[in-house]
Amino acid sequence: MKNHFSIVKHFKIFAIISVLLCITGLVSLLALPFGVNLYNFDIDFAGGTQMEFRMENTELNAAVLDEIQALVKEKTGVEPNAPQITGDENNEVIIRSTSLTTEQRATVISAMQEKYGLSDDDLISNEDVGKTVGDDLKKAAFLSAIVAVILMLIYISFRFEFTSGLAAVICLVHDLLVMLSVYVIFQLPFNQNFIACALTILGYSINASIIVFDRIRENLRTARKESFESIADRSIWQTMGRTINTTLTTLFTIGMVFILGVPSLRNFTLPLLIGIVSGAYSSIFLSSSLWAFFRKRFRKHRI
Amino acid sequence: MKKSIISFLAVILVIGFMAVAAIKGLTIPGGFVTPVNMSAEDAANATVIIPSIHDATNGIRRGLDLVGGSSITFEAILPEGYDENNLSNDMVTAQTLLRSRLTAEGYTEANVSIQGDKRLLVEIPNIKNPEDAVQMLGATAKLSFVDMTGKEWLTGSDIKKATAVYGKPSASSVVDEWYVALEFNSDATQKFYEATTAISQMDAASGQNLLAIVLDDEIVSAPAVSAPINSSTCSINGNFTEDSARELANLINVGQLPFSLQQVELRSVGPQLGAEALKTSVYAAVIGIALVCIFMIIVYRLPGFIACIALAFYCTLELIVLGLLHVNLSLPGIAGIILSIGMAVDANVIIFERVKEELRAGKTVKSAIDSGFKRAFTAIFDSNVTTLIAAGVLYFLGTGTIVGFATTLGLGVILSMFTALTLTHFLLNRMVDFKIRSPKVYGA
Repeated sequence: MKNHFSIVKHFKIFAIISVLLCITGLVSLLALPFGVNLYNFDIDFAGGTQMEFRMENTELNAAVLDEIQALVKEKTGVEPNAPQITGDENNEVIIRSTSLTTEQRATVISAMQEKYGLSDDDLISNEDVGKTVGDDLKKAAFLSAIVAVILMLIYISFRFEFTSGLAAVICLVHDLLVMLSVYVIFQLPFNQNFIACALTILGYSINASIIVFDRIRENLRTARKESFESIADRSIWQTMGRTINTTLTTLFTIGMVFILGVPSLRNFTLPLLIGIVSGAYSSIFLSSSLWAFFRKRFRKHRI
Repeated sequence: MKKSIISFLAVILVIGFMAVAAIKGLTIPGGFVTPVNMSAEDAANATVIIPSIHDATNGIRRGLDLVGGSSITFEAILPEGYDENNLSNDMVTAQTLLRSRLTAEGYTEANVSIQGDKRLLVEIPNIKNPEDAVQMLGATAKLSFVDMTGKEWLTGSDIKKATAVYGKPSASSVVDEWYVALEFNSDATQKFYEATTAISQMDAASGQNLLAIVLDDEIVSAPAVSAPINSSTCSINGNFTEDSARELANLINVGQLPFSLQQVELRSVGPQLGAEALKTSVYAAVIGIALVCIFMIIVYRLPGFIACIALAFYCTLELIVLGLLHVNLSLPGIAGIILSIGMAVDANVIIFERVKEELRAGKTVKSAIDSGFKRAFTAIFDSNVTTLIAAGVLYFLGTGTIVGFATTLGLGVILSMFTALTLTHFLLNRMVDFKIRSPKVYGA
């Protein structure tokens, strides 16, 4: 066997890189109970109204945006957030505010249509999420993440060993924190798609870790005198081809959606892309090293 | 050798047949056509075996985020002291109310479903500005009993309960039938007696002796009154089926629905945005698949090519299964499909890497393939189960479009494991039979 770079021996370097990647996500998460919100919470979680108009005949500039904001305030008595320009040709405007009633929304729509000569066709989207729905979604998100992690931990402990499960779950938390960092840094809309992204990444990243653990399980049976670190290293390198190639094929398809997709899909696929890369990273550089570490601590005997 | 060639060709033919069926649809009698493209008469006789991917009625349904439309969620605002035991019955009543209102307004394609304990989801395709519909649906129901001159005799609050019953509507009845039994509140019995007395004296021949039951200005039923009724109960009968009796009972119950409906969620997407999303996603999928194929052939040579056939089969299978299950495809659902295409080759990659290793260890191609599959199996199985766990949790705990994503992802995982373990294995073995045995061709 060729002499490969030892990943387990250089664990410290990778751990430091991981901490740097995770720190934003961790800080933003810890800040939440203190009332500091670093996320761009979409109406899905926060509750609120969001309307999107196509305004082809109006040159969108700061003055028009101010005008729209004032118009909404005048018609509903509710001060909306500053409207934003969006769309591929920058001719669409998003108005977001706290949840409006259907009467208030109807007045805003007709006022916009009248003032800027729009028709019903120009109302691209119109969404409203009540507080209770948003809260339910938060609960569902939290619950599904916990349930998924526990089930995976049980499954891995059953099929492999508890130390593998522990290592895999730490990698999961790592990947999740990296994703949260991405959401904070790029200020991506934090909406219900986040739940789907997060759980996909959980499944995907643990998928990659398991391939390595499967190899470790196999190598443990044959290598009687080898140290855990050396087995871990060997297993990582033996599965490296698969980890990289599968990551690449997944990146090809998801990357295409990211490049060609409509904005809502793009917001959905960017965290997926990052999560896939992070999942590959954690299963190569973290999972086996953690396993070797735990195994040495908790369970010195073999098999 | 001869047998191998025949079985190889047969499998390729079956895949081709399924692919054509998935795209064009398979109908009996008719062949590779969908009912949409048939004459009305033929379409009525035809049975769809495999729905075409273009056939939204029999096959994959398009979610509102793809065709444009609104989904509106209403929540029941329960008054204090409300008996929660009635909730499920009352929700069915509210569902009937919303359905009848949608039909009255011409939204015949709309769909109303109960979500959880006290929410109703209304889905209306092709509606551009939903606010009128939201107001119309959320309005308090007004039920009244009027005669043909327009005089209102009773209102919804006078009714205690309406139920659909199978039996004899009155003592003089001979046969059992479906009818609606009404029960009045104590002070309404007198009102009803006065109403029936007045109406029964009106001219029956010109159809004046009717007591119309009116919901939101729409007549839902107009039974004839032949004699005064002095009772706290009465029955409406005449040609009811089980469904129509239940529907009328539910509609009458709307009058004393103890809660109001409040819109708690609205998602409305214009038709253009949805169409654009669908089109770009299909482009992305096609280019993505092409890239994956090129990559696989470059890296794994002959097995890579076999993986492409397996991938084509997988895509076909996925489309057919999604169609047969009548899955409601949403935007995240498409992302789930595209993600699973990328992941579908994973099982192949694991196997081929294993085969390469075995070849490098000096085994012959045949034994390398055999042991490669054997040793790769546990890795494929365990890694897929964990992804299935994630998809399962999303399916059971998620809401709305998330469920669609979980469905396509979970299906993708199962189908991809199936194709890798069966088709890839079969095709690789045929390659060995064809005497393609140079390790170089297998990427080693």
